[in-house]
Amino acid sequence: MNKLSQFTFGALLALGTVTAAQAGTLDDVKKKGFVQCGVSTGLAGFSAPDDKGEYKGLDVDVCKAVAAAVFGDATKVKFTPLTAKERFTALQSGEVDLLSRNTTWTLNRDTAQGLSFAGVTYYDGQGFMVRKSLGVKSAKELDGASICTETGTTTELNLSDYFKSNGLKYTVVALGSNSEAVAAYDSGRCDAYTTDASGLYATRIALAAPDDHMVLPEIISKEPLGPVVRQGDSQWFNVVKWSLFAMVAAEEYGVTAANVDEQKASSANPEVKRLLGAEGEFGTPMGLPNDWAYKIVKQLGNYGEAFDRNVGAGSPLKIDRGINALWNKGGLQYAPPFR
Amino acid sequence: MTDQSQAHVFTPTPPQPPPANMVGVVGWLRANLFNGWFNSLLTVFSLYLLYLTLPPLVSWAFINATFSGTDRTMCEASPHGACWTFIKMRFNQILFGFYPEGEQWRPIVTFLIGLGGLIGTAFRFAGKRWLVLFMLTGFPIIAFFLLAGGYFGLTEVETAKWGGLTVTLVVSVTGIVASFPIGIMLALGRRSQMPIVRSACVVFIEVVRGVPLISVLFMASVMLPLFLPEGMTFNKLLRALVGVTLFTAAYMAEVVRGGLQAVPKGQYEGAAALGLGYWKMMILIILPQALKLVIPSIVNSFISLFKDTTLVYIVGLFDVLEIIRVSTKDANWIGFEKEGYVFAALMFWVFCFAMSRVSLRIEKRLDTSHRK
Repeated sequence: MNKLSQFTFGALLALGTVTAAQAGTLDDVKKKGFVQCGVSTGLAGFSAPDDKGEYKGLDVDVCKAVAAAVFGDATKVKFTPLTAKERFTALQSGEVDLLSRNTTWTLNRDTAQGLSFAGVTYYDGQGFMVRKSLGVKSAKELDGASICTETGTTTELNLSDYFKSNGLKYTVVALGSNSEAVAAYDSGRCDAYTTDASGLYATRIALAAPDDHMVLPEIISKEPLGPVVRQGDSQWFNVVKWSLFAMVAAEEYGVTAANVDEQKASSANPEVKRLLGAEGEFGTPMGLPNDWAYKIVKQLGNYGEAFDRNVGAGSPLKIDRGINALWNKGGLQYAPPFR
Repeated sequence: MTDQSQAHVFTPTPPQPPPANMVGVVGWLRANLFNGWFNSLLTVFSLYLLYLTLPPLVSWAFINATFSGTDRTMCEASPHGACWTFIKMRFNQILFGFYPEGEQWRPIVTFLIGLGGLIGTAFRFAGKRWLVLFMLTGFPIIAFFLLAGGYFGLTEVETAKWGGLTVTLVVSVTGIVASFPIGIMLALGRRSQMPIVRSACVVFIEVVRGVPLISVLFMASVMLPLFLPEGMTFNKLLRALVGVTLFTAAYMAEVVRGGLQAVPKGQYEGAAALGLGYWKMMILIILPQALKLVIPSIVNSFISLFKDTTLVYIVGLFDVLEIIRVSTKDANWIGFEKEGYVFAALMFWVFCFAMSRVSLRIEKRLDTSHRK
């Protein structure tokens, strides 16, 4: 017993030291020459290896953007595939410098767990998929519908909240696993299928006749997914945060991978000049070269291009921009001013 | 007299041919498939089952299947057939993971050396002792340098890039080779007269056997990093290897202990009477008999270990099964899980079947027991 309590004490001590602030990630990264980035082991459109074994996806592009900002070279990044359970340990123990793994930003994670969310790559949330033949255009018209979902998840609770608050009746068909729920929907047991919107689009491709189904515009829960760093290292936190903002800002000002050189040389917009490092010294305070944002856009494009390429119209997923559109186009993506 | 003797000579009637319904195809069918009304019923029922399952399977896997093309467009044109294009495009990854393309000869050479050594041990020839010695000591070292590189002009390939069948084989072969001696030591320790050694072995065996492999791996990947000093990381593959080896060793210990108990007491006493010490007694007299007795159980453990290696996905390693699952998460290949899993099942079956055949052969070769 004595031995056991000693062991437990030692374990707690170790845990305690881990949560202590860890500074200097940027210097460490510069020293070793690459960004070690934790990604999902496989999630369509966000991070998955392609036929050549190279990681592709929106989460992956965030890692590459940080590498481009630090080194001016988007390929100086190594990926560590992580399961949902080990992701936070990997970040806390220093195994990865940055976690970009479809992780939902919540209060508890952002505070108690010693993590800091550096922004939102993708505003996910629960949505509905129906057959086009049902003739429904909005989730509010789903009164009396039977809805397939996976049992025992927050999805089921959100569903109940949404229908109650809108005064709608529904029948839930809860199934043991997500693939069962999809199969039930595909075979016609329910009128609608619900899960996170990004999952709906991925599911749709695998259905027997993808074009017969549509995703309804309503998003009934908040799942902001974004990159995470260790708490207490504000320099590295800023690098990640502003790498993401740079991509969003580039889209807002119409800077693309194709026209970034021309914009840098001859843009009259002072905001663009500051963004691309043609004016001012905005990289230095972050510990980055002055053309850090230029390098990101040059190699990865702006946020809109990355979105289209990985999950949007230019990808098999064909996810609508929806709430991920820019703030001035009815969405939530917004970057603070570059000045 | 002569007449009489001739009359009494026994001339056997030439044997009648068996009835027409006892020979040939009909006879075979009667004897094996329609032997009594119950068996006939079973036969008809089985044929009906085959009729129900086989044609759709053949038409899915072969007739309607897609083999050509490089993306999903060809497969979508034939939705009722398997999409083997997916396997074709991902075949390299299924075998090697993300091992750089120019270096893939290295896992192949390693595999061929291993296979050659294994086949070699199945035959008798002069100098075989050296081959066995090489396989147990030299081969793991050569395999390590070939796969990991970094020396002798080979570029380094970090283990994060290993995957697919390469990882499955590395984990299972290391697990098998390393767990065997550890298991034997644990089994001897458990039967030892020394109280501390014995209780240490008992505790280890019972603790490790009492938890699922998945939790051992999980501890290795989630808890271990927290105990290590800041910034110190532990190779993921090594974590899995240690976990799998210790886990199998505990099982192996119990298997070997079963063998040790089956060796008659007279053998121990005889060895002692000859003046052999503990180690000589064990190595020369007891273990050869004990291990021979438990070959089927040992192979059983190895086959189950081979399949258990799929659990290494929990530490984020891509074994055969995981790399196939991950491949279906590529937006370009969503929805081809069926093909992937059928192919994975086929690969596992081939390896497990080969292992059980090899074990039968070894068993026959070593069959020098007291059976008369």
